[in-house]
Amino acid sequence: MAPTMISPDYYLMLSLALFTIGVIGVLTRRNVIIILMSIELILNAVNINLVAFSRLWGDVNGQVFAIFIITDAAAEAAVGLGIILAFFRNRETLLADEMDLLKW
Amino acid sequence: MFSHTVFYFFALLAVASAIMMVTRRNIIHSAVYLITTLLATAGIFLQLDAEFLFVVQIILYVGGIMVLFVFVIMLVNLDVSLRLVQFNHQRFVAGALALILGGQVFIAFRVGRGVLPHPVLRSMSPKNTEAVGDALFTHYMLPFEIASILLLVAMIGAVVMAKRRV
Repeated sequence: MAPTMISPDYYLMLSLALFTIGVIGVLTRRNVIIILMSIELILNAVNINLVAFSRLWGDVNGQVFAIFIITDAAAEAAVGLGIILAFFRNRETLLADEMDLLKW
Repeated sequence: MFSHTVFYFFALLAVASAIMMVTRRNIIHSAVYLITTLLATAGIFLQLDAEFLFVVQIILYVGGIMVLFVFVIMLVNLDVSLRLVQFNHQRFVAGALALILGGQVFIAFRVGRGVLPHPVLRSMSPKNTEAVGDALFTHYMLPFEIASILLLVAMIGAVVMAKRRV
């Protein structure tokens, strides 16, 4: 184990970089699966923050919250991929800007 | 210093493969780059003395969620989609807005630097898994049960969604 901890600023910056890349992916890509993967990246960036502050306070609560976020990510991925499968069966497309059934 | 080297290694690996994930044309390549990012994050967790989360990240994220993603990609992958335009019409505006958002948070971090307490090494319990389990089954008992119900609901929902005829 390291004798001193790295300043939490570093972890904040890493988390910010991953979060921004994830947001760019969600906003600019057309493929729904890549949008879902970018959401996973965003959730992962949040987890880094939680664990870094959990280490800073010497407390395990942040890690418990990170576990709950991973649980949510799993549930979201399962349901999202189920929706993508059902949609692909009906429309034969994966592009988010062609999903306009409710638009007129 | 050694710990900084380790941190920079994992951080650069995570950020680089995240950028690759967002920009690749082939979805399978994107999935593999996302796996690399998640493994690098697991390394960061290990550096932060979160051994249990390190294992959970590898088993659940990489071994579970990403396998699910790859399966779905294999079910729906179209060769035509490789030749289409990969970014949507509002990509420049959206990218600029996302970068502005990142810049705002960055400025907020820089301004609020003094707010964070100086990092002193508080002693973590050497039995990380035991401490997490202790917190999970005493103080966080109700959220734990709600999370299990959420997983049950998501499981049923995924089965119903993916079924051919309901």
